[in-house]
Amino acid sequence: MTSPDNLPEVPDAQVPDVPQAQEPPVARHGMFGAQDSGDTSGYGGLVVRRQPQLATPRPYGSYFDEIVDSLGLDDAIERVVVDRGELTLHVKRERLVEVSQKLRDDPALRFELSLGVSGVHYPYLTGEELHAVYHLCSITHNRRVRLEVSCPDSDPHIPSTVGVYPGHDWHERETYDFFGIVFDGHPALTRIMMPDDWDGHPQRKDYPLGGIPVEYRGATIPSPDQRRSYS
Amino acid sequence: MSTAYDEATEGKVYSVNGADWDQVVAGVRDTEDERLVVNMGPQHPSTHGVLRLVLTLDGETVTEARSVIGYLHTGIEKNMEFRTWTQGTTFVTRMDYLSPIFNETAYCLGVEKLLGITDRIPDRAQAIRVLMMELNRISSHLVAMGTFGMELGATTPFLFGYRDREMIMDLFEYITGLRMNHAYIRPGGVSVDLPAGAVDKIGEFLKEMPKRIKDIRKLLDANPVYVRRTKDVGYLDLTGCMALGVTGPILRAAGLPWDLRKSQPYCGYETYEFDVATERGCDVYSRYLVRMKEMEESLKIIEQALDRIAGPLKGEPVMIEDKKIGWPAQLALGPDGFGNSPDHIAHIMGTSMEALIHHFKLVTEGFRVPAGQAYASIESPKGELGAHVVSDGGTRPYRVHFREPSFCNLQAFPAMAEGGQVADVIAAVASIDPVMGGVDR
Repeated sequence: MTSPDNLPEVPDAQVPDVPQAQEPPVARHGMFGAQDSGDTSGYGGLVVRRQPQLATPRPYGSYFDEIVDSLGLDDAIERVVVDRGELTLHVKRERLVEVSQKLRDDPALRFELSLGVSGVHYPYLTGEELHAVYHLCSITHNRRVRLEVSCPDSDPHIPSTVGVYPGHDWHERETYDFFGIVFDGHPALTRIMMPDDWDGHPQRKDYPLGGIPVEYRGATIPSPDQRRSYS
Repeated sequence: MSTAYDEATEGKVYSVNGADWDQVVAGVRDTEDERLVVNMGPQHPSTHGVLRLVLTLDGETVTEARSVIGYLHTGIEKNMEFRTWTQGTTFVTRMDYLSPIFNETAYCLGVEKLLGITDRIPDRAQAIRVLMMELNRISSHLVAMGTFGMELGATTPFLFGYRDREMIMDLFEYITGLRMNHAYIRPGGVSVDLPAGAVDKIGEFLKEMPKRIKDIRKLLDANPVYVRRTKDVGYLDLTGCMALGVTGPILRAAGLPWDLRKSQPYCGYETYEFDVATERGCDVYSRYLVRMKEMEESLKIIEQALDRIAGPLKGEPVMIEDKKIGWPAQLALGPDGFGNSPDHIAHIMGTSMEALIHHFKLVTEGFRVPAGQAYASIESPKGELGAHVVSDGGTRPYRVHFREPSFCNLQAFPAMAEGGQVADVIAAVASIDPVMGGVDR
């Protein structure tokens, strides 16, 4: 590791006062997860930053412009992301039902088939820790779109879309069960996979995987979430 | 189970999730209606695994049907967040254990989309994937038909189905080393090329299988008992399918030719000739016909894929030519069914230090996947199987979620069963073909 002593001394006044682009927050330091002893790996100084949040400017390409134009609810959409050939609309949570209703019913959109709800927990995104992701498919136009809605951990409420897509019933229960997102207006939001009296929401990042160390030929192998890892 | 409900504010609460059967019965006893609440499962021979059905009966008529799932939840999605991207295939293959190849393919297509290497997968690997998937589709449908027959009280279709499936299991064992849980499809290609003699074995299978399918058709197609148990039973029309997100044979039995292999092709399906089977009956019998037709179509695809594998694609690589992603060893299948590669071991241990480093890094660390999210979907025997894969740029998945067709289709079970006879509940569940390993994951 570089010691500060080796660096040439630079007086503060000589540092040009230019506005710096704000760097994304640090995701992790070092590697292998070893913190107890000195750094023998040589990776101790490694700094990995979070990927900046994407927002694609127009034109989006493919049929994506058409979808966003037909939807015409630009004030309900926080940002549009086109990544790896897929369109993601980040929707304000209070407008979710309106947006999905229009996506389903508008003749130019006709996303009649919903492929369910998936949750993602980003504990480092302050104020939008919990995400619900909806994949919609239009059979009429043979197109796909993804809706993403976020809510803060302190107020984990997202309006339910069961009224628009009745098939979301079990999906929202699953996402509630695993992430603790409360879908307001769901007819019976109960746990679906875990037992009713289960504590916590297992798919959240702060929920441990669990497991016990296993001894094999004299060596002890820690449980998967306790092992050293590269990331 | 102790209830945490506040009965003063919520009234009497009957959750039917745990060992609260006494409460449910006592609660129903208070009411004046002549209702009978019947519990089926979670251990019941005709519910396809650990599925629990709670039926409210009025005489022989089902007035309310609820399914309770979660008995087979194994936390596969959570576990995958603690293994490398490649190791993930060993988990997903165990979800819907009757169609392991499909689970692996959906996951790998998602990872490949994230890596941006979809176009660089070798053609031979894609052809082998198609071949394996279609073999798997037949074996899955055979189990669906076989268990279906047994649940309706006929044991011969069951024996036929499992006997014929055994041929495919043998092929899988010969090719991948395992009958189930193969982890054969890997990000970047497949783990092992077809072993010597596999093409001939599949050729023999292609000669034999049409006869076997005909046998089952002879047994069931016009069987009066079977037809009366299945025709106009478990009705779910196109509107119902769309609303509930039902895909696969159930949707095609409602008349919509929606098959991702045709409408949004992957793995080169656009280059194969086959028809999408549809029926218009919206009932259990139509779903049976769709599955039978699909098996016959699958045979066509297998034949075409086999021609390519044995012909123009002979000797081509089966793993992406990218040293940073492709598993370094070209594994060969040992006599004990385990994969190993003597040549590769000699190479890394004897001659090339760099190859050893590469091998070590890829196997222990794995590859990194650029941050982002992707959704890849394929047409599994049960419907659209989608993988929502999220990466934060690391060597492990940040989040993987599967849109399991069994899970979504099972949701439609009350719509099929309510208002029908109690005996038709079995037919309705069987026609959905839910595999609880996939439903609960």
